[in-house]
Amino acid sequence: MDKQDKHKDKGYNRRDFINNGVRLALGAAVVGTAAFTLRRSSTTEDYVWQIDPFLCNQCGRCATDCVKSDSAVKCIHAYDLCGYCDLCGGYLKPGAKRETGAENQLCPTSAITRSYIENPYFEYVIDEELCIGCAKCVKGCSSFGNGSLHLQIRHNLCLNCNMCSIARVCPTKAISRVPASEPYKIKGSFTEEEES
Amino acid sequence: MIKKAPQFALILITLLLLTGSFLQAQQRFPKPEFDSGYVQPSPTTPEPRSIKLEYFDVLVLLVTLSLASWLAIRKRSRRGLLWLSVFSLIYFGFYRDGCICSIGAIQNMALSIFDSGYAISLTALLFFILPLLFALFFGRVFCSSVCPLGAIQDLLVINPVSIPSWIRKTLGFIPVIYLALAVLFAATGSDFIICRYDPFIGIFRMDGPFLMIFLGITFLFLGMFYARPYCRIFCPYGVLLGWMSKFSKWHLSITPAECIKCKLCEDSCPFDAIDYPIEQTYRAPDVARKNLRRFMIYIALIPVLTLAGGWIGSKSYIYMSRVHPDVYLAELMINHPELKEDEENLDIQAFLESGDTFDELVDKASLIRGKFKKGSIALGGFVGLALGIVLMNQVVFRRREDYEPNKVDCFSCGRCMDYCPVEKKVKT
Repeated sequence: MDKQDKHKDKGYNRRDFINNGVRLALGAAVVGTAAFTLRRSSTTEDYVWQIDPFLCNQCGRCATDCVKSDSAVKCIHAYDLCGYCDLCGGYLKPGAKRETGAENQLCPTSAITRSYIENPYFEYVIDEELCIGCAKCVKGCSSFGNGSLHLQIRHNLCLNCNMCSIARVCPTKAISRVPASEPYKIKGSFTEEEES
Repeated sequence: MIKKAPQFALILITLLLLTGSFLQAQQRFPKPEFDSGYVQPSPTTPEPRSIKLEYFDVLVLLVTLSLASWLAIRKRSRRGLLWLSVFSLIYFGFYRDGCICSIGAIQNMALSIFDSGYAISLTALLFFILPLLFALFFGRVFCSSVCPLGAIQDLLVINPVSIPSWIRKTLGFIPVIYLALAVLFAATGSDFIICRYDPFIGIFRMDGPFLMIFLGITFLFLGMFYARPYCRIFCPYGVLLGWMSKFSKWHLSITPAECIKCKLCEDSCPFDAIDYPIEQTYRAPDVARKNLRRFMIYIALIPVLTLAGGWIGSKSYIYMSRVHPDVYLAELMINHPELKEDEENLDIQAFLESGDTFDELVDKASLIRGKFKKGSIALGGFVGLALGIVLMNQVVFRRREDYEPNKVDCFSCGRCMDYCPVEKKVKT
């Protein structure tokens, strides 16, 4: 009886010893890996996804490939660049009558409202609720106008996935991580920065 | 006619120059000067989620993990764990939309280890290591009531059936392969498959591709009978947690005191994670000899399996590398040169317009393919090694006289504790 107890104790001690050793090794491995990545590339700066409007080729995948069925990419208007044209390449279908009927509008959801300011200038405002990020207007504006309409990832809508599913399919690789302190690449002031 | 020619050329040249400069600045039409006092609006820029809130998520993780450990090991309260898992489901699942999660953080870790250009955020790093460190000391408390994916399945365990051990063990090996693939694809910067094929994220967000939501609901239905199917058949993070938990210092125990071997807890575990006492038959000479022979065979099989895994990796890396968009595009353009004329193919058209040469693309693709080759061989070997160790463990018997939770498989959900009569005796 005594002998058996002794054997039992010894056995348990050995198992404890091995367990402790392996635990120590595993803990060291986890902490070591963490320390390695921390030293190598970790950052306290937060990063978010954003579109470079100068690389965007308006392929339309932003509307279809976001994990949200209502894409986090919306068209925004850099008013500074806008020519306030009457014949707007982003608003009207090519060759359409210069009227505001839906059949003449380029936007599939009628998200752009056109309002008269003074002769001959018109203001174009995007209703973000309606915009689906299809870039049809961006294409029109860039081809025929100043390119003031362009796509941006809206950070109130973006879930900041760790791998942006649009970035993965973007044909021009226009989507990249940017520091959260400068989360937008809006044309306008941004153009000047690019040129300088 | 001849007189007019130089003028015409001059106009043409000025026009060309003008359009050129306009294109550069993209200001074809100058900004008008308004007389009517119109004030130009400026585009809104909603801020991203503040980093303080991200750190708050880490704090919530730390608190829930600590609370789960306390509830599982000291308080021994199934009810407490249940309510904590409801909280985690609401906070990490529905409020945080299933992002950030520790399971997905594997990929951020893999990418930051192998790609120096990618900086992992401190939040993701902590989400990766904290549950592992907790598992090292307290078992898989993360699975019990912190993981939102676990919680949503755990709440729907209705009529779990017991599955034969060999099926469980075979299905239980899938996560190892999934882990290897996820690390391979993340480390090469190809794709984050864990996030893309997360079946419950669509339910958390109440939005997503139809197929993934359908898959999530299928998993939930399946989970009524095969409890927590995603955790047991797919979860790659569970593999790491299992390894840690195997050597955990303190682990949830079925009974608070001495086990009286009443067998009441035998059927209490929906995950078949309770190890029964081992009868001493394996010590009989003929059985022991047979087991020893099997043990020797399995030991000898380990290097064979490792090499075989590496060989399979070396044979399959070409297929797997196609997941990377650059490799895919390069291959497509080599095999189908006629697609260059295809206006519909956005990727090829965008590449042709980008100004990169075809050779640059091919170089880039072959570099990535080289990474895939090394990675596939290493990870194939890893899967083979893991398979060998699983096989070897089948014939390693440890003296066990009580009913104990299997430290690798146990999610520390605490259901078994309520079945233990010793528990009630101690409490009253």
